Amino acid sequence: MPDTITFKIKRQDSENTKPYWETFVIPHVPNSNVISCLMDIQANPENSKGEKVAPVVWECNCLEEVCGSCTMVINRKVRQSCSALVDQLEKPITLEPMSKFPVIRDLAVDRSRMFGALKKVQAWVTADGYHDLGPGIREPQNHQEIAYKLSECMTCGCCVEACPQYSLNNNFLGAAAISQSRLFNMHPTAKNIADERLDTLMQEGGIADCGNAQNCVEACPKSIPLTESIAEIGRQVSGKLWSNIFQA
Amino acid sequence: MSKQRVIVIGGGLAGLAATMKMAELGMSVLLVSFLPVKRSHSVCAQGGINGAVNIKGEGDSPDIHFYDTVKGGDFLAHQPLCKDMCHHAPYIINLMDRLGVTFNRTPEGNLDFRRFGGTLYHRTAFAGATTGQQLLYALDEQVRHYEVQGLVEKMEWHEYLGAVLNGDGRCVGAVIHNLRSGEISTEKGDAVILATGGPGMVYGRSTNSMVCTGTAVTSAYLQGAKYGNGEFIQIHPSAIPGRDKLRLMSESARGEGGRVWVPRKAGDSRKPKEIPEKERFYFLEERYPLFGNLVPRDVGAREIYDICVNDKLGVHGEMKVYLDLTHLTREFLDHRLGGILEIYEKFTGVDPREEPMEIFPAVHYSMGGIWTDYTRTEEGLIDHQSPQNQMTSITGLYAAGEADYQYHGGNRLGANSLLSCIYTGLMMSPGVLNYVKNVPEAADDVPEKLFTEATKQWQEKYAEIKKMSGNENPYALHREMAEEMISNVLIVRENSKLQATLNKIDEFEERWKNVNCVDTTDWSNPVPSFINQLRNMIQLSKIITKGALMRDEFRGSHYKPEFDLNQPDDFRPDTYLVFEKQKAAGKVNEEDFAPEHLAYMKRFAENNKKWLKSTIAIFKNGGPEITYEDVDESLIAPRPRKYD
Repeated sequence: MPDTITFKIKRQDSENTKPYWETFVIPHVPNSNVISCLMDIQANPENSKGEKVAPVVWECNCLEEVCGSCTMVINRKVRQSCSALVDQLEKPITLEPMSKFPVIRDLAVDRSRMFGALKKVQAWVTADGYHDLGPGIREPQNHQEIAYKLSECMTCGCCVEACPQYSLNNNFLGAAAISQSRLFNMHPTAKNIADERLDTLMQEGGIADCGNAQNCVEACPKSIPLTESIAEIGRQVSGKLWSNIFQA
Repeated sequence: MSKQRVIVIGGGLAGLAATMKMAELGMSVLLVSFLPVKRSHSVCAQGGINGAVNIKGEGDSPDIHFYDTVKGGDFLAHQPLCKDMCHHAPYIINLMDRLGVTFNRTPEGNLDFRRFGGTLYHRTAFAGATTGQQLLYALDEQVRHYEVQGLVEKMEWHEYLGAVLNGDGRCVGAVIHNLRSGEISTEKGDAVILATGGPGMVYGRSTNSMVCTGTAVTSAYLQGAKYGNGEFIQIHPSAIPGRDKLRLMSESARGEGGRVWVPRKAGDSRKPKEIPEKERFYFLEERYPLFGNLVPRDVGAREIYDICVNDKLGVHGEMKVYLDLTHLTREFLDHRLGGILEIYEKFTGVDPREEPMEIFPAVHYSMGGIWTDYTRTEEGLIDHQSPQNQMTSITGLYAAGEADYQYHGGNRLGANSLLSCIYTGLMMSPGVLNYVKNVPEAADDVPEKLFTEATKQWQEKYAEIKKMSGNENPYALHREMAEEMISNVLIVRENSKLQATLNKIDEFEERWKNVNCVDTTDWSNPVPSFINQLRNMIQLSKIITKGALMRDEFRGSHYKPEFDLNQPDDFRPDTYLVFEKQKAAGKVNEEDFAPEHLAYMKRFAENNKKWLKSTIAIFKNGGPEITYEDVDESLIAPRPRKYD
């Protein structure tokens, strides 16, 4: 009996077709990750019944957990498939697309809502221009350390997949966008429009939609302190609420 | 004239920098990308970005940076461009800081800088060990802001197939493939910029991302554009072996004090920490006392090859050496190298703060790329208003970033790629707009027929691909081709093997015709795209291999032992400048030089006369026709390189 690995993959031909499960049995090669196994299937796309089928469709690019492309649900846990080492996974291995986004095909989903959220919270620095305006503002090391950690967010979707509040049917911005708001609200010049960000976060789909389940921080592959970010934005929003009341 | 716009293909650093700069100047931009731009390959750059800001008071300057860059590239880089780039580097770093990049800081709150290969100065600004990611995100955010303002339109999940050329051969748009619907259509643009990165996938497993197939620039080459210096492929000394990819272990690990070593005894089976200091061979430090572990990448990769293959001292008898950080504190390492150490730990299960890492050389970067032009000023800088800057040999078709060819010569210095990508994107923009303003006919006014024909031509090509029902799996064929390239067109190159590989590539080209399109559906089907990319990768591998075969010398990353000029150990490069000065004055006083130095200098001068030239490939009769072009070497006189 040759050494093999069994994959059970939830497939779907397009957004509006019914999903189905397909099993693939491939030779076990030491030091494989889920992606190298998907590549093996591509090079010989045959299911466990010996039928020739279309190769599985999935997203990937950097293969070193820094681009965020290859997120999927592996053995019921959302994570990047590049850093999912096969020898550390329970067999058979199940692969499913994330459930909080429309499926494009097989394991590929449409995460454009997350990029849309970055637009809503104005996650950028407003610059006077790209010509030479001299150095930026000096910053203390401890400030940089916090900002750097937040800035590692690769919009991969793990946090919102794990979130009980985020769903296909609502418009919650999600932990990633809230954390990015915190990042830009602490930047020495991007904080100039902090109030506008908070206004957005006070509306429907904003901070009030967070149910405080704290799944996001557990799911984040980059260990970004998402719950701290949510708490910080919560404080900023309350502060703004109070000042709005007094100004009214 | 109708409303005009520029099409940018690719959303890595170069494409985003050009997009935001042109948008700032008021131009509409259509940004086309294979995937969401935030996931582009630039995120993989780790160590940092170079700029002679001289924060440490070491007396660093843009001119020294310029010299290090040209010397690092073995004098094959285009000097005015390098000079202009290095002089703009401090401003670019300041700009990126202003745009929100979370660069590491000094205790006083200034930007911190670290050392990198090929220089003796602290010149590399960094954000932990994910600098490329951080720079990309800052540009992505600027472009998103312009998207909201309506100046930039993004087409993500779209692939560039080719340029639309009018009767005069001028580029007036691009053929675009929708990777979801499978539709093929054309987009009109008064200029098109290819910022599509490098070709690592030609080698299958490299440090590159999956999108780095070089297919867009190859498409331009197949349409008649010149391709430059294809054979100069950088092999990075330190990567982590993997089945699907060879993950980069940043040069910054050495910049922060990491030491490379092997056991002195071949086949030593002890664990690394059990091997006492005196039984370890720190071969880079011993052989290059001045630069030590921070020799340039071509030198580092060759030394690792030498120690493993010729001296048979590789770890476990394999092509691997130790990269040791264990003498540094955990806190220091996490603060300055956190990201890459986590990656190493995740993929190998070994904590590099406790155990020396096992690393080996891997394909990393292409110094070569599509040929592009520039206009120099009298001072040897660049005229930023010139429409010629970064223009390929097809009028109106531009290139930027790793896709182009002039900045790194025969070997790129670490942390110069992030710089060259942002620099080219920013620098070229005013010139591109000057070109656009003066085109004889706006793309919008070009007869529709030209576009419908281009669309039809590509629709037919893809229909043909979908009908392919031979017995070759395209992915398996790609693996085989990549193995051939890795085996024979890597660090050490031999003409007999290069010739055999060229023959083999012809066989792959034949076999490609027998490919099976293993998925023929319309919706979100990556297979036809990959088959087209594979065809282009086959053409690109010919450019690389033929260029390597024909260049009978040893320069930068292109190492042919047969043509090594054998620099005497005690030779100093300055001697060569004296020799050249005497030659220029009319007479060489031969008695001024040691006989073996003189003989070496004569060999060196002779070799430069023949080979200090850019390789130019033009597509003819199904393959590359190779010619050579002079390089502007007027600012820094070429001389032998030395790092010990």
